[in-house]
Parts: sequence; structure tokens; C-alpha cells
Amino acid sequence: MIRKTFEHEIQQVKDEVLLLGSMVEHAIIASVDVLKKRDIKGAERIIAEDAEINKKRFAIENQLMILIATQQPMAHDLRLLASTMEIISELERMGDYAKGIASINIRMGEETLLKPLIDIPRMAQIGADMLHRSLTAFVKEDVEAAKMIPAEDDEVDALYNQIYHELMLFIIQDPKSIERANWLLWVAHNLERVADRVTNICERTIFIATGEMSEIKDTKEEIGKQ
Amino acid sequence: MNNINAPDIAIETKNLFIFYGSFAAVSEVNIKIEKQKVTAIIGPSGCGKSTLIRAFNRMNDFVPSSYVTGEILLQGQNLYGKNIDPVEVRRKIGMVFQKPNPFPKSIYENISWGAKINGFKGNMDELVEQSLRGAALWDEVKDKLKKSAYELSGGQQQRLCIARTIAIQPEIILMDEPASALDPISTLRIEELMQELKKNYTIIIVTHNMQQAARVSDYTAMMMLEKDGSRSGTVIEFSETKKIFTNPKDKRTEDYVTGRFG
Repeated sequence: MIRKTFEHEIQQVKDEVLLLGSMVEHAIIASVDVLKKRDIKGAERIIAEDAEINKKRFAIENQLMILIATQQPMAHDLRLLASTMEIISELERMGDYAKGIASINIRMGEETLLKPLIDIPRMAQIGADMLHRSLTAFVKEDVEAAKMIPAEDDEVDALYNQIYHELMLFIIQDPKSIERANWLLWVAHNLERVADRVTNICERTIFIATGEMSEIKDTKEEIGKQ
Repeated sequence: MNNINAPDIAIETKNLFIFYGSFAAVSEVNIKIEKQKVTAIIGPSGCGKSTLIRAFNRMNDFVPSSYVTGEILLQGQNLYGKNIDPVEVRRKIGMVFQKPNPFPKSIYENISWGAKINGFKGNMDELVEQSLRGAALWDEVKDKLKKSAYELSGGQQQRLCIARTIAIQPEIILMDEPASALDPISTLRIEELMQELKKNYTIIIVTHNMQQAARVSDYTAMMMLEKDGSRSGTVIEFSETKKIFTNPKDKRTEDYVTGRFG
């Protein structure tokens, strides 16, 4: 291996991406967890931690800029560094979804949850798990895994649709519940978007490994989605 | 502008001017080169890069009309001070040239010869092996140490010259376009070797290949002919390489690294 130093620097970037990913994963799970407990302090902590996620993203972006400027990456190396730029941006936005859930928690103030949270934590768990495996696939450049993971989005979409219908029923039965239903709908929507962004990460991984840039299609129609 | 805020300075220039007769080829250079780092000197042809690097080990002394004003300090000692032996300077500050220039002798003797005349009394076989290992050449030549150095490829010859330099255990290694006569793979080998060498040595490299400077160096000095009308080169910007190549401060550096110069 002639370019040992460069290889080492690429490995460092990948390690940083994994670290950023684990911060985001934690934020997603924790945002729903503290919502379930109506823990406002916990929500405030998640919002503060999002600033760390953003900082980490900028640091990796800077690291990538320097590598591109100084190491003149070509072919696979170029695809990897350019795509990593995209991936960290996806991760940062996923962190924003967790922050959004924490903000909803704070805005709910003294209000109780309209219903006990069952499906929403499941969505968070599946989304975080998909995210975790998508980053493993990214680091290993595992095309097969990257092709498989997006299909799991169907399950997240199904949960989202279920929550949507359920909340609509609440609203129909008691129009005064509109605001509380809306809060939960937004939470579910944020989690649904997390899974969508995992698909983008998988698309980039396939591009890095094969040079083919193509969109992984949604398999299902989604209700309530713009 | 030309200061690095770092405590570990290997060599420093103070108000350095280098003259050929009455012509100042290089003017007013104030830079501090950090220890165990690679510092690249870049800039367009004729801006004084080679003149500057040659001043660091008094190679310009061989040009009769050349002299310097100002100081070059190695551990606080002015290399151009009275009572300084230029040969001793060149022992402490080795140099690798553009074209590999091994002696017309065996691979082994290329290493041992310099050590011998420098009074090396230790185990010569060990020194040869260590130096060749240090230059990432050992595995390729260990079975043919008695063969002529001329049997090696250009890239191997250049690494042999690096091995010969480190056999003397200098403090600083100067490299004047060390890869410009080599093919891309040999070039990358030399560049990777520099990353290994900097663990023990301070390296200053002159290169007209700014991509190479970007790849290998920690700090970059950008040289240019200072003003219109003046043909004297100087360092216009000196900073971390990542800054020079992502956000240079001087418009002329920006124009040079983005290929918009001239």
C-alpha cells in the first residue's frame, strides 16, 4: 500500500462518521424516550447535544475539504470523500429531527400525552437500527447490505400510517384533541423522515462502491405524506 | 505573517537576503521551520526556491559571487557566523537532489562511505541496514548489497540517496525536487517515505509540483517575485499547508494554487 498516510486519513474520517452516527442514533432514541417520560430537562439536554452534532459535522466537513484539497483524490477515493460530504449532511439533518422531537416535548408543557407511546418508540428503534446498519455498510462498502436496508423503510411507513389513522380517529372523536394529536403526528413524521434519510445513505454507499448513482425506489404509497 | 506559533523550531531565518553579486535573488525571508515536520517551498519558476533551500546548508557557497545577509539560525547558532565550518553544516543538514546521484560504487558503499569519512566507528553492517530500512529500500536490495548502485531503478536510486543522507544522522533533510525525475509510483513511494522520515527528521522540500506540496507537507511557504520591476524572490505567505490550499490569505497565493497565476 503506497499511500499509507492517505489511507490512514480516510480511515480516520470513517471513524469520525461512525462517531457522528452514534451521536445521532442516541439522539433519536433518547428524544422519544424522554418524550415518553415527559422529561423536559432531558429534552433540553437533547437540544444542547444537537449543537455538538452540528459541530462534529462541520469538523468532518473541514477534514474532508482539506483531504480533497491536499490529497487530490481520484476515482473511488473521490467518490468516497464527495459522498461522505453528503452522508454527514444527512446525519446532521437526522439529528435535527431528534431535536425537533425534543422541542415538541418542551412545547407540550404541562399537557399529558394523548395516548401512551407504543408505535412511536418502535419507529424510533427501527429507524436508529437502520441508521446503525447503514453506516456499517458504508464503512465496509457492503453493497448487498446497502441494497437491503432501505426495504425496511416499509415497516416504518406502515407504522407511520397506522399512527396517522389512529390520531385522525382521536381528532374526529374529540376535535379538542387536535393540538395534542398534531404534536404526536409531528413526532411520527420526524421519525418517518429518519428512515427516508437512511435510504439516501445507502444510495451513497452503493455509489461509492460501484460508481452507479441511482435512486432506491419507495415500494409503497404513503398516506399523509406530501 | 511568517511566524509559526510553535515552540519546536528546527531552523529559522532572520531578515535573510541571498545575493549573486549585486543581485538579490532572495529578499527579506523571515520564517521558522518546525521540527519533525515537512515544510514545502512552492512558487513559480525563478522565484528563488532552490536558492533559498541551498542557503540552508551553504550549498550556495560553491557559487563564487554568492553571499547572504541576515541570519539562518540552527538551534540559535547562525550558520553563516564566523568559525562555522560549512562541511559541519552539511553534516547536520543533508540534501537530496532532483536527479538521483548515487556514487559509482556498490549499494553498500554508497551508505558506508559518507559514514566512514564522518568518523563512524560503530557496526557498519548495522548502519547500512538501518539506513536502508529507514529509506524503505532494505527489502528490495538486501540480497544485492554488493551490486552497483547504478543497477537500481531511478526511484530506488533516489531512496538510496535518502538512505545515504540519513546514515549521517542529520537534523534536517533538504529535498530539492526529489521526485521530479521519477515516475508517479516512485514519486508516491518517496512521498510516503517522507511521512516516515519526519518522525525523526525535519524535512524541507522544494517542489514546483504544488499538488505534491499539498500531499506531503505540514507547512507551506509560498514564494514569489515580490514586486513588479523587482526580480527578487521572497516568501509572501507561510502557513499550515491545509490553510494554503483551502483558504490562503494572499491573493497571489490563491491565484497560484488555483492555477490562475500569470
